[in-house]
Amino acid sequence: MNALVAENVEKKFANHLALDDVSITVPEGSVYGLLGPNGAGKTTLIRIINQITAPDKGQVFIYGEKMQSKHVENIGYLPEERGLYKKMKVGEQALYLCQLKGLSKAETLKRLKYWFEKFEIQSWWDKKVEELSKGMQQKVQFIITVLHKPKLLIFDEPFSGFDPINTKMLKDEILNLRNEGATIIFSTHNMASVEEICDHIALINKSRKILEGPINEIRNNYASDIYEITFEGYFNKLESTLTSDYKILDVVENSQKSTMKVEVLNKNIKSNDLITIMTQYGNISSFQKHLPSMNDIFIKVVEETNTLIK
Amino acid sequence: MSKIGLIIKREYTTRVKKKSFIVMTILGPILFASLMILPAVLMQLEDDEFKRIAVIDETGVFVNSLTNTEYIEFYDFSGRYFDQKTFTYDVTKATDDLKDSDYYALLYIPKNAVNNIKGSVILHSYTQPNVGIKMHIAHNIENKLKNIKFQVTADDLQITQEQIDEILSVANSEIQVVTNIIDEKGEFKETHSEVAMIVGYVSGFLIYMFVFMYGTQVMRGVIEEKTNRIVEVIVSSVKPFQLMMGKIVGVALVGITQFALWVLLTIGLVSAGQAIVLKDYDASKLNPTVMEMGSELDATSVVPDEKAMEFEEIFQAVYSVNYFAVIACFLFYFIGGYLLYGAMFAIVGSAVDNEADTQQFMLPITLPMVLGLFVMLTAMQNPNGSLAYWFSIIPFTSPIVMMARIPYGVPYIDLFISMALLVITFVFTTWFAGKIYRVGILMYGKKVNYKELWKWFRYKN
Repeated sequence: MNALVAENVEKKFANHLALDDVSITVPEGSVYGLLGPNGAGKTTLIRIINQITAPDKGQVFIYGEKMQSKHVENIGYLPEERGLYKKMKVGEQALYLCQLKGLSKAETLKRLKYWFEKFEIQSWWDKKVEELSKGMQQKVQFIITVLHKPKLLIFDEPFSGFDPINTKMLKDEILNLRNEGATIIFSTHNMASVEEICDHIALINKSRKILEGPINEIRNNYASDIYEITFEGYFNKLESTLTSDYKILDVVENSQKSTMKVEVLNKNIKSNDLITIMTQYGNISSFQKHLPSMNDIFIKVVEETNTLIK
Repeated sequence: MSKIGLIIKREYTTRVKKKSFIVMTILGPILFASLMILPAVLMQLEDDEFKRIAVIDETGVFVNSLTNTEYIEFYDFSGRYFDQKTFTYDVTKATDDLKDSDYYALLYIPKNAVNNIKGSVILHSYTQPNVGIKMHIAHNIENKLKNIKFQVTADDLQITQEQIDEILSVANSEIQVVTNIIDEKGEFKETHSEVAMIVGYVSGFLIYMFVFMYGTQVMRGVIEEKTNRIVEVIVSSVKPFQLMMGKIVGVALVGITQFALWVLLTIGLVSAGQAIVLKDYDASKLNPTVMEMGSELDATSVVPDEKAMEFEEIFQAVYSVNYFAVIACFLFYFIGGYLLYGAMFAIVGSAVDNEADTQQFMLPITLPMVLGLFVMLTAMQNPNGSLAYWFSIIPFTSPIVMMARIPYGVPYIDLFISMALLVITFVFTTWFAGKIYRVGILMYGKKVNYKELWKWFRYKN
């Protein structure tokens, strides 16, 4: 089953189209990266999923059901623009915000106790939020977001403002939640973290979805015929052999070993042919197809669509 | 608890627990009560010290008419400072002597005082004498002077003192116009315009003040949520309209709480204060009048003395206003006016990023409010004039202007139209505000103008 399906969603503001016929499918139990440059329409889409605004056209389904107001209780949302009441005490505030999500007071207290112990922050309960550092506030916010055990979690730039230790902790928690059965929609500009934790992505640019699918499939699709090779042997001879049909990139030569990337220019040549040539001059200690980083794909795709639209 | 209930509870408890709320709630009644009690306290304090006053009376006629009181005694020193050679009084020497003496002051009445009393009587002292002493002296001299003048006139006209008294009592009779309202049943009702005016003014002004005070709190609350960036978290759980209404209702309850506490504490403090200050003051004279208040007033059965009569009149006037109607209408117009403007304050809060930017949107709020205040001042004079009538019907000014008319008695049809219009209008403004609010709270760093607000209003959901 799919955790979330958006069909042909369109949202128009006074004089610009924020979302133009966008459809996405988020499989249950996935970590789904929602990517795109600033102003592409990601936040609008997230707000529609959270029922903060309604789409002009199109439909959204949550676990197979047409979206309705009861679904907000199944969603946990950590917005990019986030904060807490500065003058309110941490405990009171957590209690209030979780009760707004429909949890009973007793249940909220029980679960808060669990999380506060887990993060070792029990001493914060009676502190005012303004007394906490930004990173501490983010932790509290994370707890509030996940406390009602939502089946669908939406994180908008969750790592901004976190130090590396807290970032790692948060990543682990996100993956934990996924393992426990939650589905996670994750919007970020940090492509390294996308590669690390997402298994599906959608790329939105200029109000349109331009790419969607499992991350490995996408990276394979965008891979050109470049191989990363570590080679021990006669590099000079190899270099003089790999002419016309090949191009050698990024060579690092050590006394014995050389690492390099080789691009195959002729479509008829397979990787086995390259290996055959190379074994004549030495040993191959590693050989793998080079996959483009999400960063490269992002830039490439966005620039392509930008020029197309122009 | 429902979600809107949770929001109301939070808005209410965080505000009521604030130090500023507690301080205001306690200070307000103390301020009101002390305004009422302080004059009485001061009068008592002033009279406390016993004072001896030396008198040099060049005319020789006034000195014996100066009466001693519990706190003031007069001593005639005219003889001691009379210079036999020059036939003058040495006032300079007398004032010098005063410095080290145990006399408080020196009263000097010059020779020409009988013919030209104005400004000629001088009281020398080393500290500022209180008003009570001055009034006592002036009162004594004035009476004496009058008697002298009357005597002279009586002698000239060859009539007796009794005849003069009679003429005077006729000339001095105070005229009071009693206003009678004839109601629909043809019954007469005595009214007291002065009291109605004061009650109307105070309640109209209170509404103006309360709407501004609590409206501003709504606006600040909205801005706080926006600048703290908590608003998006909340609107992912509740509808923006619920958040706005929760805030408006929560703050209204704070206002009603504060008002109720003020009324109760003020009544408590004033009666406690009166009990202490007026313990042995006029108690005998006050009581019969007060006791009579409940029953029919029958002036002929008891003939109270002058002071008691005055009190009776004041009480009668104060009680002539229908306080039940005033308080009921006050609550209605306070809540109605607050809801009407509270929604507008919420719009302003949602449209800006910080409080400094609110100025540009405040005009549509302050203009009708201040206009209402000015019209109220006119309405107090002429509660049934067409200006007062129309402005007490128009919802944006009616809460203030109608309150000035109510103590005078307002036809039910006027009241009904005004209240109905107010309800319809605040339902409309709240709906209107909700549409702008839900867009505004999620907008950051945008230069907003009225055109932009209109655009937001027209956004679909």
